[in-house]
Amino acid sequence: MTATVAPEKDATRPGRSGRSEKKPASDRSTAENRLGLKLVAPAVVLMLLVTAWPMIQALYLSLFRYRLTAPDDRAFVGVDNYLTILSDDQFWKSTLTTLLIMVVTVAVELVIGFAFAMVMHRIVFARGLMRTSILIPYGIITVVSAFAWQFAFSLNNGFVNSWFNWLPFIADDTNWFGDYPHAMFAIMVSEIWKTTPFMALLLLAGLAQVSEDMLEAAKVDGATWTQRLTKVILPNMRAAIMVAVLFRALDAYRIFDNIFVMTKGAEGTQSISFLTYRQVIEQMQLGLGSAMSVLLFLSVLLLAWLIVKLFRVDLAQARGEG
Amino acid sequence: MAALALASSLLAACGGDGGKPELVWYINPDSGGQDAVAEKCSTDEYTISTQVLPQDAGQQRIQLARRLAAKDPSIDLMSIDPPFTAEFADAGFLAEVPQDAKAKLEEQGTFKGAMDAATWKDDLVVFPFWSNTQVLWYRKSFVEKAGIDMSQPVTWDQIIDAASENDAKIGVQANKYEGYVVWINALVEGAGGHILEDAGEGVDAKITLAGEAGQDAASVIEKLATSEAAPADLSVSNEGTAGSTFGSDQGSFLVNWTYIWHNYDDTAPDVAKDIGYTRYPQTVEGEESRPPYGGIGIGVSAYSDEKDFALEAAQCLVSPESQGINAEITGNMPASTQGYDYPKLKEQYPADLLELFQTSVDAAAPRTVTPYWSDVSGSIQNIWHPPRAVDEDTPERATVFIEDVLKGGDLL
Repeated sequence: MTATVAPEKDATRPGRSGRSEKKPASDRSTAENRLGLKLVAPAVVLMLLVTAWPMIQALYLSLFRYRLTAPDDRAFVGVDNYLTILSDDQFWKSTLTTLLIMVVTVAVELVIGFAFAMVMHRIVFARGLMRTSILIPYGIITVVSAFAWQFAFSLNNGFVNSWFNWLPFIADDTNWFGDYPHAMFAIMVSEIWKTTPFMALLLLAGLAQVSEDMLEAAKVDGATWTQRLTKVILPNMRAAIMVAVLFRALDAYRIFDNIFVMTKGAEGTQSISFLTYRQVIEQMQLGLGSAMSVLLFLSVLLLAWLIVKLFRVDLAQARGEG
Repeated sequence: MAALALASSLLAACGGDGGKPELVWYINPDSGGQDAVAEKCSTDEYTISTQVLPQDAGQQRIQLARRLAAKDPSIDLMSIDPPFTAEFADAGFLAEVPQDAKAKLEEQGTFKGAMDAATWKDDLVVFPFWSNTQVLWYRKSFVEKAGIDMSQPVTWDQIIDAASENDAKIGVQANKYEGYVVWINALVEGAGGHILEDAGEGVDAKITLAGEAGQDAASVIEKLATSEAAPADLSVSNEGTAGSTFGSDQGSFLVNWTYIWHNYDDTAPDVAKDIGYTRYPQTVEGEESRPPYGGIGIGVSAYSDEKDFALEAAQCLVSPESQGINAEITGNMPASTQGYDYPKLKEQYPADLLELFQTSVDAAAPRTVTPYWSDVSGSIQNIWHPPRAVDEDTPERATVFIEDVLKGGDLL
């Protein structure tokens, strides 16, 4: 992932430079291209088999009314499944909940992640130890972290209520999974705790790209710490921030594990992925569920496009060519 | 590589030892009752081994159904929760139960409720193994303090008022899961109604939840949820947490399954001595209560390679003695009167409690047998959860939603 923002070492390689100005390709580069195509062909075929085929199958299934436990009732219904979903309250409520989780968690992670990245970048003593400790939560399986946080917030045996009951909105008998705001808070805390290190890692790669010379020059010119941060560091990290936000936003939009473990979608905390799971796995409605998966896929694509547009970053630039 | 190694070890496991077939029985988690019965029923011709399914009944259904839909031959026998029996039978997942086996089950006095729950379209499709029911457990010290006469039938209103007035909590199951629908169904049936009728019509079944009985059920839940008697964890309560509430200082009443009797023996002997029991509370005063019905039926997979052996084994697994052994270990009561004759049960349980279990099972109201139960149950959970949001409009809203979900017009 970090390779996406790493500077392209060999920028003079044929093929790269052809982007802006077309030069006639030499025999050697044509041969190299051909070899390259041959080398990636097996991987492409494998990708098509494991990625494209299930996608096409989902698209096909989404046009049917098809329930695994009633295979005889299978019938072609055209786009009916899509219409059912798009006219359903729950779908839109779940979308809103998912967007809320995405926006809040990514925003908080960006701030904390940036602070962690600064620490990891600047720290001089116990560097390895510090970096490792910051990364530990990311190494923990999401389901395990979700259970840990569920126990922490549990009314019966959790520590959150007894440690924080001095806060005005927490009492000894606060049921964290008993209403929407509390449940969403618990889910988001678990999500943020688990994935902030990933954000920090991506931002660290971005920080490493900011030239020390520029910072020195800014310092000599009398720029304050805030000015250096906002005028030098952040603008130069834009591509890295975009990649970090993009990756995390798409991940957060597909949130499932935390909700499955902590609330099972109760109290309106159902996300889009969870709603899809309920149709496909619980109800075994392969048709309706596939239609939901297709919509989920399309919304993820839309989201990715929006984020790329929002940051006005040329992806090629992000590779260090700009 | 790891996947290959795993696959080969699984294949090796399937092979059994030297030609003697191994029947694989997918069981719901318990404290060893089904393992003991499996061992007892293994013969020189076959051995029965067990595979444990997830704890949650809904997850058990998912795992079994997905495997069966793929015609997985590695399942021979399975423990099926009653509400999902019809769905499995309708999908053709279950092997036919022979007539002589049915006669044998009747001979051993299998309860009517158990037989009904095991029947789909007039055919017995699973072997009733254990039949569970809920009773009203109470703390003797509490009812003494509150001054309630427990020798007479009690109503939900009565116990909610008593607990509210005496700073106590009532244990129920109201998390967003099947157990909550068990409670709702018992309340509706106790008021003389049904959640749905004409189940044979499939998706066109008549949803009757919005009637008077549904209203009565909703008012009980509303009253408890908004009263002082509601535990703080009401909306996430299940059998386990309700048991903890009952065992706490604020414990008063608890509706729960039969195994609660020995639940506190080791952990809280004082509570164990303080437990009293009576029939499930009435939804409407003067109208006999209909306690919940639970249990397990043993199904034989239609895709098993050893169907004949599996059918033979199933008959042994549900024999009165096997039911007794299972009940002795797990506290899940037999599905037949002969099963209750198992001597050790009489040592473990007071005679009047065993009698209460049997009369409760007889009077119990199974959840409607329909292949679409998971849709019905899921829809009810969606609308009736959380309990504090239940009001007089809830049954009507649930009815409309169930109809829409069944006809494919709404997501669940």
